[in-house]
Amino acid sequence: MKRRSPRFRFLVFGCVLAAGFVLFPARAEAHLNSTGLGPVYDGLLHFCLSPEDLLPVLALSLYAGQRGIAYGRRLLFLLPAAWLLGGLAGLGHATNITAANAIVSVLSLLLMGGLLAAAAKLPPEWFLGIVLALGASHGYFNAAGLGKPDERGLAVLGIVTAVFIFVALSAAFAVTVRQHWARIALRVTGSWIAACGILLAGWAVRK
Amino acid sequence: MKESFRILVSRVTAFLFLLLLVSPLADAHVNKHEAAGFWSGLKHPISGLDHVIAMIAVGLWGAQLGAPAIWLLPVAFPMVMAFGGMLGLMGVRLPGVEIGIAASAILLGLAVLLELRPKLALAAILVGIFAIFHGHAHGTELPPDQSGLLYSMGFVLATGCLHAIGIAIGTIHRWNWGKAAVRTAGGAIAVIGGVFLWRALS
Repeated sequence: MKRRSPRFRFLVFGCVLAAGFVLFPARAEAHLNSTGLGPVYDGLLHFCLSPEDLLPVLALSLYAGQRGIAYGRRLLFLLPAAWLLGGLAGLGHATNITAANAIVSVLSLLLMGGLLAAAAKLPPEWFLGIVLALGASHGYFNAAGLGKPDERGLAVLGIVTAVFIFVALSAAFAVTVRQHWARIALRVTGSWIAACGILLAGWAVRK
Repeated sequence: MKESFRILVSRVTAFLFLLLLVSPLADAHVNKHEAAGFWSGLKHPISGLDHVIAMIAVGLWGAQLGAPAIWLLPVAFPMVMAFGGMLGLMGVRLPGVEIGIAASAILLGLAVLLELRPKLALAAILVGIFAIFHGHAHGTELPPDQSGLLYSMGFVLATGCLHAIGIAIGTIHRWNWGKAAVRTAGGAIAVIGGVFLWRALS
């Protein structure tokens, strides 16, 4: 009988092993709505997929960049900190907050979009107050609306991380904008965000 | 010639077969308050010719007027139109909406045709009044069971893009032939607006 080469035997062994693995299929876990990505990444994605959080933060970041580097730096650390504090306050609450959440969303879109569209020259202390109010309110409603009580803290950390990254990128982008047409484009973005807020107010009343 | 045509047909056929590999989402089960809102909002402003021509006319007129109107109108218009949309959503009645929309196409088209150059405040007020009519019409037509914010985002984005198209077309205004083309487009918009007005009154 002809003796097979070691390479051929290795190939056959590999095929048999692979066929063996096929007999023991693991769970597919294809539906992430039941498993999630883990609390931190869930929190990170929650922010990225929530336009009611994303748009006001985008408008405020672009506004801070529009006003200059100092405003951008303040926002970069203050907004995530306020978001974290609001989130910690909201961890203990899981009530029906839909109406209050809608009002906060409308006001945030209107105010942040309006500031960017008008390129308003806001004094630093007013800017500070707006940043703290936005971060604390959105953080609170984020945390209060999260599921799985034992994982909420980590999810809030994920959200805060996403806020930090998003603010850093968008404010840095706005700081670098120098051309006249590009600065107008920033203001147009603000007017679109404010327009979304006005329409959202109408939707809230209609419901 | 014959050989090149055969090659073209075979390439088009191959491309069509390749398209079969691209299978978009079926969207067979759209849940309430789901992402359907964004696409519906995006499609709504471009679904009616009366709205489309008026939005493009605003862009053309802005390009004719130059700075600061060219950027003031796209910044102000979406917010005023959204205000009209909010009134529509709230159920506030506004008489003669369809007539107002048709009149907006006629007057904006005439403004482009005649290259009218009123004071900036007057132009902004005129465009603002028309924006309320357009927004109100959209607001009353918005379908139920949509995600409000996603719908609004699509709606505002589409409206802004229509303005941008108008402004982009209007940039040919710097050449003599471009001036004539823009004015001709204004005339065409006014005529189409006249047809819509006739339909609204009949």
